[in-house]
Amino acid sequence: MNTLFDKIWDSHVVQRIDGGLDQLYIDRLYCHEVTSPQAFDGLRSRGIRCLRPERIFCMPDHNIPTVGQEAPIEDLVSRKQVEALSANASEFGLTHLGVMHRDNGIVHVVGPEKGLSLPGMTIVCGDSHTSTHGAVGAVAFGIGTSEVEMVLASQCVLQQKPKSMRVRVEGTLGKGVTAKDVALFLISRLTTSGATGYFVEYSGSAVRGLSMEGRLTLCNLSIEMGARGGFVAPDETTFEYLKGKEYAPKGEDWDKAVREWRNLKSDNDALFDREYVFDAAEIEPMVTYGTNPEEGIPVTGAIPFSALDKPLSYMGFSKGERMIGKKVDYVFLGACTSGRIEDFRAFVSIVAGRHKAPGVVAWLVPGSWSVRRQIEAEGLGKVLRDASFEIRQPGCSACLAMNEDKVPEGKYCVSTSNRNFEGRQGPGSRTILASPLTAAAAAVTGVITDPRELL
Amino acid sequence: MKQRFYIVESSCVPLPVENIDTDQIIPARFLKATTKDERFFGKNLFRDWRFRPDGSADPSFPLNNPLYQGEILLAGDNFGCGSSREHAAWALAGYGFKVVISSSFADIHKINELNNFVLPVQVSAAFLSELFETVMKNPRAKVRVDVPRQTVTDMVTGKTEDFELNQYKKYCLMNALDDIDFLLLQKDKIEAFENNRII
Repeated sequence: MNTLFDKIWDSHVVQRIDGGLDQLYIDRLYCHEVTSPQAFDGLRSRGIRCLRPERIFCMPDHNIPTVGQEAPIEDLVSRKQVEALSANASEFGLTHLGVMHRDNGIVHVVGPEKGLSLPGMTIVCGDSHTSTHGAVGAVAFGIGTSEVEMVLASQCVLQQKPKSMRVRVEGTLGKGVTAKDVALFLISRLTTSGATGYFVEYSGSAVRGLSMEGRLTLCNLSIEMGARGGFVAPDETTFEYLKGKEYAPKGEDWDKAVREWRNLKSDNDALFDREYVFDAAEIEPMVTYGTNPEEGIPVTGAIPFSALDKPLSYMGFSKGERMIGKKVDYVFLGACTSGRIEDFRAFVSIVAGRHKAPGVVAWLVPGSWSVRRQIEAEGLGKVLRDASFEIRQPGCSACLAMNEDKVPEGKYCVSTSNRNFEGRQGPGSRTILASPLTAAAAAVTGVITDPRELL
Repeated sequence: MKQRFYIVESSCVPLPVENIDTDQIIPARFLKATTKDERFFGKNLFRDWRFRPDGSADPSFPLNNPLYQGEILLAGDNFGCGSSREHAAWALAGYGFKVVISSSFADIHKINELNNFVLPVQVSAAFLSELFETVMKNPRAKVRVDVPRQTVTDMVTGKTEDFELNQYKKYCLMNALDDIDFLLLQKDKIEAFENNRII
């Protein structure tokens, strides 16, 4: 009667310590440049090395520019942080996929696509969107810098075991409804703290029907409802995706691994601390109107009269207003939420044969160099350029605006990223979260548009 | 900062906003620092709520109100949601807060506070609104947080509530120990685990 979460978590407990904390063994640690330098300093000041350097992979993604990566980073503070990661990786003997490395990209895009994140693993990173890796059937969660130091030093963290929640989405998603819409719908229903203290297992026929890219998007947004993480039990879709990936097992090892991974599922009589069931047919393309991911409504809907004043005042919106037709200044396709090949395919499906609306600034940022190569290999790059879009170099970019990709004060950005917090995309920026399809519809019309009308 | 943590009795700074995310506590542009200088992060705590775009202090923000001082931050429900950035905990500590009281905390931020000897104290929603009321009425009112007893007391009304604290974490707080000190002593257990695992 165990949940899959119990099975993976319990099999990684080195010891239960007094006071109810578990010493949890970590199979994979990813480090990026922003949340790791102080952790490496900690090792140096204690005079210790990494216990298991082969389990740790480093790559810069947050600070790096998305044009001109060939040249040194102009922002000297950013450059210093990126160089610190490279130096730390070298000093501590860790694999480093640096700027312009053919495998560089956003850590949550690169991990799955290289087969570094595998079913049954425990995976952490100093980044709340580490929940993304749950899509391969792993227990993956974000940690703070002190905890990064713990894993560097001991390959373990001390954690209180979260409770288990199951969210089932049953049925078939409607036309133009993507994994991003499913996630924004769930967050709008469960609220931004609705899953605090829980690990979420996503299941149901609509979730089973999602591609790996869709599952990665869904799991990515688990943290936006407060969950420590979210995952999907591995199945044929997972195995198909992972087969042949660089770090995935090969040959006989692969067959053996798949046999083991097939056992990674919750027992039929597993007990969850909480369970929700939603009807896929109820979900429509979603947009947010406020400054918190829970403030989402169907794109055709109106801002509720129950909405709070503070976010509406920040966004320049009023209660009762419809979102359709609102002017858009910027469009951002990318981030660990929506920077994968399927997101670009979706964007192109609307843009093909149309043209970017005058006055809209569009940032199309692949999640990794691998995604960017595939965009060109599939001919999507040409379609985008014909429609007056350019494709940038990979990185986190306008999701949190640590590089130059900042939305100016007061401007509206339809963004495929994960957070619409005040100032998230630059001081004073106004973010409307949406799917790649809805972002594409805004990019070609210049206003919030129901993407289903353009499909 | 590692320090022995027993009792904090202080006036409070009230911030009655729900779902305060760590992007507000410390905006991303301040995360480029490679040091852990708490003073730097403390100066920029709630940067975009405390200061207007021209750099002047916004007098309507509670941290800029000279009436409100103290080592305890009173905050609305779901404090610290969003990004895992530990810089948020460094900023709170650097500003001088030792305790944050709210009716709930986001998971990652709560751990980050504890790892930096800032104590997240979760109280009932009813008690939180009573504390807000006390402090708004009398900005000099004190609240007492007692770690050994795990109690929080409104020193004006005398009302007390217990709060939960993991016993291991309590021991760490009271003895100025951190998790790495503990984990470094567990190497044999870690190796035994690695040798015994099936997958």
